[in-house]
Amino acid sequence: MVLKDALTLSYRTVVSYRLRALLILLAMALGVAAVVVLTALGDGARRFVVSQFASLGTNLIIVLPGRAETSGGFPGALVGQTPRDLTLDDAASLATLRGVMRYAPLNVGASEISAGGRLREVTVLGSTAELIPIRNMKFAQGRFTAGSGPNPAEIVLGSALARELFPAGDAMGQRLRLGDRRFRVTGVLASQGESMGFNTDEIAVIPIDHAQSLLNTQSLFRILIEAQSRSMIEPVKAAIRSTLTVRHDGEEDVTVITQDAVLSTFDRIFRALTFAVSGIAAISLAVAGILVMNVMLVAVSQRTAEIGLLKALGATRQDIKRLFLLETLWLALAGAGVGIALGYAGSLGLRLAYPQLPAYPPAWASLAAIATAILTGIAASLLPASRAARLNPVLALSKR
Amino acid sequence: MIELSGISRIFTMGDQEVRALNRINLRIGPGEYLSVMGPSGSGKSTLLNIIGLLDLPTHGTYRLESRDVTALSEAEQAKVRRERIGFIFQSFHLVPRLTAAENIELPLILEGLPPAERQARVQAALQQIDLSDRAHHRPAELSGGQRQRVAIARATILNPAVLLADEPTGNLDHKTGAEVVALLEKLHHAGTTVIVVTHDRELGGRAHRRIQMRDGEIVGDES
Repeated sequence: MVLKDALTLSYRTVVSYRLRALLILLAMALGVAAVVVLTALGDGARRFVVSQFASLGTNLIIVLPGRAETSGGFPGALVGQTPRDLTLDDAASLATLRGVMRYAPLNVGASEISAGGRLREVTVLGSTAELIPIRNMKFAQGRFTAGSGPNPAEIVLGSALARELFPAGDAMGQRLRLGDRRFRVTGVLASQGESMGFNTDEIAVIPIDHAQSLLNTQSLFRILIEAQSRSMIEPVKAAIRSTLTVRHDGEEDVTVITQDAVLSTFDRIFRALTFAVSGIAAISLAVAGILVMNVMLVAVSQRTAEIGLLKALGATRQDIKRLFLLETLWLALAGAGVGIALGYAGSLGLRLAYPQLPAYPPAWASLAAIATAILTGIAASLLPASRAARLNPVLALSKR
Repeated sequence: MIELSGISRIFTMGDQEVRALNRINLRIGPGEYLSVMGPSGSGKSTLLNIIGLLDLPTHGTYRLESRDVTALSEAEQAKVRRERIGFIFQSFHLVPRLTAAENIELPLILEGLPPAERQARVQAALQQIDLSDRAHHRPAELSGGQRQRVAIARATILNPAVLLADEPTGNLDHKTGAEVVALLEKLHHAGTTVIVVTHDRELGGRAHRRIQMRDGEIVGDES
């Protein structure tokens, strides 16, 4: 028998048992759809978290004072020394390192802000103009021009803060009081919402020199550095470490972290989770496979006489085995097709219900689901097919 | 052409042995028209199944066209069944999902012939059994006689050397039975060896050589 004819014959058999075909198809399709939707969900969650990190700024390297790592040992701890401050000069020394695109020193504190008789607590960021591009912040109005030297007393407000203090929407150019100092509003940030638990709509940004005197400190909270490219992150990190070690009398008393490292950890966690949920979904495919096997065994005993006839007409065992195998394969393929369609529809539904979640089914999951469906179909048909092939034709024909 | 020597077929049922065929010796020449008669359980169907290679003898040798076919592999035996042997059953055994034409086409598909040649052969066969206008009807839409004619067309589409008929008229009334017998005899005249197993004395009597069986043995052989 030629393969093409076997395909046609088995296809005709499948479509002639319509209800049976539909039920098997449904079982297969649900299994495949479950894999697709759950991986879309897992992968969507991963992308959501990754994009949250990306909104912090790309190729970001963060320097903080003190050693957070326990490995290696920090000699200062033994002799009771506190780590040296991270100063503005430290920050400036990093600006010329190879691979550094820009840097921004950062101080963070809380202060009272008041304007037009309204008073509230606010988180204050002290930095330079570079902070805005590094943190991917956007201006709705105005600008921020602070450098690392002495600056005019200008302030940039988060969108929600600006609305609260100046409900008329005329924040630009207004004067206000922050702590015991007066500032002029030179910019309002565009609304960006929360990113990693830090709401840029509720902050105020002032020049670094003003922040240090307002908060009464010479020590920086962080230095943010943006590398020129992803591949420059590691060399820049090493250069920062060695530069600061030299500046701090040979002691490595700063911690350099990259967003990349945190991001890839989250990435790995969510990938593992996605695998886990798709594995759970694959169980439903296996159950569908058992159902298929059961139905095919029934089909073999239903069609005993027909199998006997095929043998009498000269079909080999191989022919009969192949017919039953292809029959299951058709069902598995159709089930996989419908399942993929259902899965994509379900993922679309998820995206409509939760617009923040980019629940797109990854291509590998769809392919794996199809492959699993087909393999399950083949595995499930092996026993029925070989049972059909081994039927004794005399007994098979005597059954009516 | 068919040479059975010392053929026995023993079935084991529980701890009891049933000898369905007991040391049968039989030679059938090419183009013979032969009937096998005998009471139920006399072994005539078993004999037919062994000649048709659906069953294998426990002892003895079976030569078909001078070849020892009992020693062939399963696939080779299937090929012999496909190309050299045609079966006709009392209950027709048509595949209900397939049309008359598709039922006749089955052996050609199993043989692996190209579709164009299959179509031509099926058309010719339908013409021969006078059912060209019923080509696309399913078995359920055909009368008993028409079904058996389709089954005969299917059995002979690859020009087998032997046609084995097990009670071919058993499910038919007298008139349609006669049509089926006429078709079988037409095939015999065209040179096919025809072996008919039957209870029907009239049908059995028409054969040129008549074999009587009882308890797994041949007790009469007249021609």
